[in-house]
Amino acid sequence: MPGEAERLVVTFAACLRRAGLDVPPGAVVAFAQALDAVGLTDRGGVYWAGRATLVRRPEDRGVFDRVFAEFFENRPALTVLPAPRPVTLGVDEPLEEGLPASEPETSPEDEDTVQVRYSAVEVLRHQDFARYGADEWAEARRLIAALRSRSENRPTRRLRPARTGTSLDLPRTVRAALASDGEALRRAWRREGERARRVVFLVDISGSMEPYARAFLRFAHTAVVSRPAGSIEVFVLGTRVTRITRPLSSRDPDAALADAGRLVEDWYGGTRLGEGLRTFNDRWGARGTARGAVLVILSDGWDRGEPEQLETEMARLRRVSHRIVWVNPLRASPGYEPIARGMAAALPYVDDFVDGHSIASLEGLVDVLAGSPSR
Amino acid sequence: MEEEDNRPRTVADVAKALAEHGYLADEGLATAIFLALRLRRPLFLEGDAGVGKTEVAKVIAAWTGGELLRLQCYEGISLAQAAYEWDYPRQLLHLRAVEATGESARQAEDEIYDERFLVRRPLLRALEPTLGPPPVLLVDEIDRADDEFEAFLLEILSEYAVTVPELGTVRAEVPPAVVLTSNRTRDVHDALKRRCLYHWVEHPDFEREVEIVRLRAPEASERLAREIAAAAAALRELGLYKSPGVAETIDWAASVAALGQSELTAATAEVTLGAVLKYQEDLARVRAAGLSDIVRAAVLRSG
Repeated sequence: MPGEAERLVVTFAACLRRAGLDVPPGAVVAFAQALDAVGLTDRGGVYWAGRATLVRRPEDRGVFDRVFAEFFENRPALTVLPAPRPVTLGVDEPLEEGLPASEPETSPEDEDTVQVRYSAVEVLRHQDFARYGADEWAEARRLIAALRSRSENRPTRRLRPARTGTSLDLPRTVRAALASDGEALRRAWRREGERARRVVFLVDISGSMEPYARAFLRFAHTAVVSRPAGSIEVFVLGTRVTRITRPLSSRDPDAALADAGRLVEDWYGGTRLGEGLRTFNDRWGARGTARGAVLVILSDGWDRGEPEQLETEMARLRRVSHRIVWVNPLRASPGYEPIARGMAAALPYVDDFVDGHSIASLEGLVDVLAGSPSR
Repeated sequence: MEEEDNRPRTVADVAKALAEHGYLADEGLATAIFLALRLRRPLFLEGDAGVGKTEVAKVIAAWTGGELLRLQCYEGISLAQAAYEWDYPRQLLHLRAVEATGESARQAEDEIYDERFLVRRPLLRALEPTLGPPPVLLVDEIDRADDEFEAFLLEILSEYAVTVPELGTVRAEVPPAVVLTSNRTRDVHDALKRRCLYHWVEHPDFEREVEIVRLRAPEASERLAREIAAAAAALRELGLYKSPGVAETIDWAASVAALGQSELTAATAEVTLGAVLKYQEDLARVRAAGLSDIVRAAVLRSG
């Protein structure tokens, strides 16, 4: 290829990267080869060569089209996406890091100080997230990051070698037979293995849920980074449904939550739960994301939509999932009854109905996810 | 090795050849197929169920004359089902026979790991030398397999080689045409996608769908094909759980034609609705929306 075409390919790739697409060098080479094959004369050929080599996810088609139009046709695309509004998600705390409770004042009364600190944590564990101040959030971040979830395992069809098992491991049996002159004296066995069961978090981010969703997303982040890749999925439900598993998989919780924040356009507005669950079911759930999974829904159950729709969608979820856990931060309030229309409609389909207002309740959720009976 | 290069020369050649074998591809898909064959890279097709992803591999095989090797993925699929395994019962029998002649176990070991005892599965067969055109390997519904299998597949697709420890490495002289499909029930690992050319298969537009129905269900009249395509388009507007794909439209047209009808009426639509809609909730929803109204409007629009 002439040098000019190569420069064009590389510059175009750089523009795509600037627009947020992940373009590995291998893809750029493939694009150059593809252009060589289709030629540069036909706009359609160039476009589709780029689509086939530079795009790997349907979500990226929009960005590609926009950059392509700007680059090859020198005109801004008709649909200009609004620049993503930076949203800081998570626990914003003033920069006075550390020292949430009293540190030992270099006095000999160490015991006492430890005691004070311990009880401060104890109080915090049971305090409602909605009543947190900045200092408390700082401490809570540390506590939530320590909540390692253990999810259930499920049997898989993949057979693994085992001391005793359900089916004969013929390859190993034949090998062993060689050592004893062809006589299969020792038989080797295989049995079905186990894998982590997928857990899907659906987090309601309507206005009334703000403090709880903040804490819960931290909890979800811990789960994403500490469990095997692919076994945790996280979605937020606002006026639309957004999958935030990818951004949440980076290690640093603050960076991860900030990334996720930029992806979601409708923080803390309204929610139509039924509508949201329907979108989830259509686009992800029934196709496989929810199949055999443990679904964890964080919501107060206030739904501005029709309860019939919520009920239909819960029934659909119920048919494909393994278990549904509903975490309701209001449940711990004195005198709470699940009479909000949405909650009442959803409850018959829920296996575990648990609290979600405090760190202690998230600790309880860890047990529920590990398969222990709920309390 | 000098071999005649029978790779396609232009995108238009591909589109034409596919059409001759009963598959109407739009420009994007035709370009992706062209590039896959031209650059000899695997083609990764994603899209809703029923848009004709699997058909792509079948039609490439029919066109190039390469053997179609289909690997249907499922959870727990392993090397033994995908690439090769040893025929253990026969190996054990052979060991017995050898023992009877008084040969040593050392010699027997060489004998039982012989090609005679190798069971070849699609991935290995796709890489073995053939006399005819290179085979077409279809790895169907890769999203159903697990990550261990993806990693293994990635290894094969980067080298076009499989190593059987007891025999050595089998490497393809000419890489096979490879088509991977996914319904996107989960995200397939990015490394695998990077090896491939990627195309998201869209639902066809109205005129193309009519053509497809005409081609695939020739027993349906032109008029019926138009009415069915219009009615299917109307059904897709209803926001069903499982919107009808092209495969369903073809089935529907074939069903109505099989009843001896050359046009779509509310009564015929009612009795054949099971060819298009596969969920009880969807059937209920369409009936609630008024099937006869939908059909009437579709017939009007199709003209």
